[in-house]
Amino acid sequence: MKEQLIQVAYLAASILFILGLRGMTSPATARRGILLAEIGMLAAIVGTLLHHDIISYTWIIVGLLVGSAIGTAMALLTPMTAVPQRTAIALSFGALAATLVGIAHYHQHGGDLGRGTMAALGFEVMLGSITITGALMAFGKLQELVRSAPVTWPGQNVINGLLFLTTVALFAMVVVDPGNDTLFYAMIGLGLVIGVLVVLPIGGADMPVVIALLNSYCGLASAATGFVLGNNVLIIAGALDGASGFILSILMSKAMNRSFRNVLFGAFGGEAAAPAAAAATARSVRSTNAEDLAVLLGYARRVVVVPGYGMAVAQAQHEVREVMELVEKRGGEVVFAVHPVAGRMPGHMNVLLAEANVPYDRLKDMDEVNGEFERTDVVLVIGANDVVNPAARTDRSSPIYGMPILNADQARNIVVLKRSMGTGFAGIDNALFYNPKTQMYFGDAKKSLGALVAELRQLS
Amino acid sequence: MTLTSLLQIYVFVLAAFVGYYTISKVTPMLHTPLMSLTNAISGISLVGSLVLAGSQHDRVSTILGVIAVTAATINVVGGFMITDRILRMFRRDRTQAPK
Repeated sequence: MKEQLIQVAYLAASILFILGLRGMTSPATARRGILLAEIGMLAAIVGTLLHHDIISYTWIIVGLLVGSAIGTAMALLTPMTAVPQRTAIALSFGALAATLVGIAHYHQHGGDLGRGTMAALGFEVMLGSITITGALMAFGKLQELVRSAPVTWPGQNVINGLLFLTTVALFAMVVVDPGNDTLFYAMIGLGLVIGVLVVLPIGGADMPVVIALLNSYCGLASAATGFVLGNNVLIIAGALDGASGFILSILMSKAMNRSFRNVLFGAFGGEAAAPAAAAATARSVRSTNAEDLAVLLGYARRVVVVPGYGMAVAQAQHEVREVMELVEKRGGEVVFAVHPVAGRMPGHMNVLLAEANVPYDRLKDMDEVNGEFERTDVVLVIGANDVVNPAARTDRSSPIYGMPILNADQARNIVVLKRSMGTGFAGIDNALFYNPKTQMYFGDAKKSLGALVAELRQLS
Repeated sequence: MTLTSLLQIYVFVLAAFVGYYTISKVTPMLHTPLMSLTNAISGISLVGSLVLAGSQHDRVSTILGVIAVTAATINVVGGFMITDRILRMFRRDRTQAPK
């Protein structure tokens, strides 16, 4: 009877998780969605506590209390700019939990495990161990504890490839001979090493793909745990988590015009194209100042803001929102065009803008907004570069050719806020800056926008 | 291959399909809270670690179990809380009071 009750709780949890994720289709239903998922989690936990194998609750309570304290502190103290780091370290914790459950299961049953279970268990701890250190490295890079630029060394891909093949070979041998615990622990050790080595050569700007990919590994490791323990709610939740990470990885790779292989083995940055840079020197740019820009914006009917990571680095979100409010007060319409890879994790830029009190109905994704640039009076590009580079559409020789971009060049007036004439992350020149419709507004984004806000206030 | 493991694969494949179609519909605007929500949901590995920490099988299992319970709880509690904190910032218009 108790066993049935537990299964019912798990079924309820699975359904509530799916409904919770469904809530995320719109900001209006999202909070109700998490409430459903929370109820589901509670049901699953309470159900599990009824399990007949549980004799003592002392250590369970200790773990729950310590975990809740740390989790609460992290959730409340993490600034929104650091949400990618929190996500990365949380993926590491998730993988750690799955891996430890796997190790303990092996420790208890070892040689008695059937091949099928052993395969699932091996898969669980192999993916888990790679994710533990991989996510920790991603955390280190995002937090800038580790150099965020790609770290490369000769023969890197060959060495990583060989290590990976060795791990897979160990996995196969453990499945054939489950009793051999040396092989089992060697596989975990190698997995931990691979996690570090694979993420080390990946640059900070590629982190959205890495985080999404690790998310999907973490989910698959959980699902594998479910296979080992014969627990359906684990299988279902792991599959949902894995699917989510998988979809996000694909979206991010597409938005960056990169294949998985290229992100994982490419170590972007070093090989940037030289040809485009040579043409740049002869061309001139037109620059503007706060006063002229205020007049331009003050009489614009429709303004599109293209925020890039540079805006977040300069912490200029609040100034951007003030500009939005002042333009709207004068009767103009303002929307934000958010490129999928603007920020350090999927959707990060939207969170930063929402935090600065930009209402979410002004946040538009690339597909929604791209057709509207032609009827836009002013596009304001703030700290973004590659995502508005028309070379992605026109120049077949460009390394970013084919990358989906925001068609800022189609607007009537283009204003680019930029620190200097430096190139973007991909190290390529941007023809947009030399467009006759473009005016450059140089300086720190926060200060430049502050001056613009002051000028806009004086207009009326 | 046993019948049970076949049934498990069955469950996994169907759940992956449901996940794929549900998450494809998530607005790109909410991809960050989506990741923190799935992160909280991945804390479901608690169901494995709770049994481990409480079954007093042997000392090693208990230690691994307690660490796993702690790590998974960090994700459950932290994941849900930060997702809610992020979502509270998404407001339709600034004239409307946050609910």
